Amino acid sequence: MPRRTVEPFVWLLFSGGGVAAALVLPVLLVLFGLALPLGWIAAPDHAHLLGVLRNPLTRLGLVVVCALALVHWAHRFRYTLLDGLQLHRYDRLVVAVCYGGALAGSVLAAYLLFVAV
Amino acid sequence: MSSQLSSARLYKPKVPLLWWLSRRSYTMFVLRELSSVFVAWTVVYLLLLIRAVSRGPAEYQRFLHWAASPWLIVLNAVALAFVLLHAITFVNLTPQAMAVRVRGRRVPGRLLAGSLYLTLLLVSAFLAWLVVG
Amino acid sequence: MPDQITLRVARYRPEQEEAPTFDEYDVPLREDWVVLDGLNYIKDELDGTLSYRWSCRMGICGSCGAMVNGEPKLMCATFLTAYAPGPIRIDPLANFPVIRDLVVELTDFMTKLGMVKPWLIRDEEQPVEDGEYLQTPAQLDEYKQFSMCINCMLCYSACPVYGLDTKFLGPAAIALAQRYNLDSRDDGGHERLTVLSQPEGVWGCTYVGECSRACPKGVDPAGAIQRYKLTAATAAVKSLLMPWGQR
Repeated sequence: MPRRTVEPFVWLLFSGGGVAAALVLPVLLVLFGLALPLGWIAAPDHAHLLGVLRNPLTRLGLVVVCALALVHWAHRFRYTLLDGLQLHRYDRLVVAVCYGGALAGSVLAAYLLFVAV
Repeated sequence: MSSQLSSARLYKPKVPLLWWLSRRSYTMFVLRELSSVFVAWTVVYLLLLIRAVSRGPAEYQRFLHWAASPWLIVLNAVALAFVLLHAITFVNLTPQAMAVRVRGRRVPGRLLAGSLYLTLLLVSAFLAWLVVG
Repeated sequence: MPDQITLRVARYRPEQEEAPTFDEYDVPLREDWVVLDGLNYIKDELDGTLSYRWSCRMGICGSCGAMVNGEPKLMCATFLTAYAPGPIRIDPLANFPVIRDLVVELTDFMTKLGMVKPWLIRDEEQPVEDGEYLQTPAQLDEYKQFSMCINCMLCYSACPVYGLDTKFLGPAAIALAQRYNLDSRDDGGHERLTVLSQPEGVWGCTYVGECSRACPKGVDPAGAIQRYKLTAATAAVKSLLMPWGQR
């Protein structure tokens, strides 16, 4: 039994986040970041969007995608900082900022999707 | 410091801080990794949208109006480029990173990547249909 | 085609200098000459003090690795004409301490090689009378690519993670571990897991992919490492969910 490290589990979340981000984010960014604001497509009316968001599958799906994508960023950005700027001695701080940020974002997503909406 | 005898002093070069600028492939690698920042931005942006929608139609309209500001359009266009970079590099690297087997035979790389792109297309189409109604 | 090319070769003579310098030599530019031929010409005709490793001169022993114009190459497999009109800059393999001139200290890799146990580990040895361990061509194909490694260390020179932290196990060591993990005759996966599933093991790799680009034998260590991450992650999940039945 290898000394239990948390790395394999973080890597699984990171990989899942990569898949989630790759499949879901491009179209959503095209729609809500460019197409709708620039008027390329008529904006769906508020009631329709709210209805979609309130569906339990949407709530769950979006929370999962947001959480996984944030963990994906946290893991990748941590190594980019450590290796790119040679900040290895600040690993503890970088870990706290990155994974902490991902956790905060995930909690926020859960709140928005299960309480606010 | 150095003796008359042949010294066994090893020379240990230091890696420069900007090592990732020294070679094109390293720079492309860092750009690929930085795409994760724009993945995080997209999540934040979507959460801002969801918050606006949860606050009613007026807030939703205000969000869309804010989203049309030129600097934000530019940011989101750049973000889209990087999110696509993430998606494309992720899909293209999957065959090298994973040995996928169907009925005992190894799935060829192009087929695996192709099916992932097809999945991306189908998921995108479905989500677009969901959103636009 | 000019008949000469200049080689700028890194020299390091610890008894007389603190840091490497460069000496320039003009060697014949022959179509069939590789960089190693150029160095041998220097040593034979111009400067006998030049120190470098070489042996088979045909890309199988892995001795003659060096940085040629900043890229890790086997000097016996790199043609002078590819760099004409030159000059060609030759440095010792990156990310390794330099002993002298182009000769680098390789003990770190040797230690790591031992750590991954690159030999067949069996739960039970078959008695000799039972004959060989049989293997189908399909079973051979599972690991054959990773068995092509000639321990030339070009991948370590290409890997920025290793350059920044020599505690990292490194591409060749992990690829060689995979060569045995994926061998149907081997039962040692669990033993190797202890060494590989560490922050300095596979988890330190950020999939830059330069190792596979540098490899002269097509081993694809980057692929080996990413595949092992999935193996190790699966093993971690299994041991979490089903802690009984440890091998």
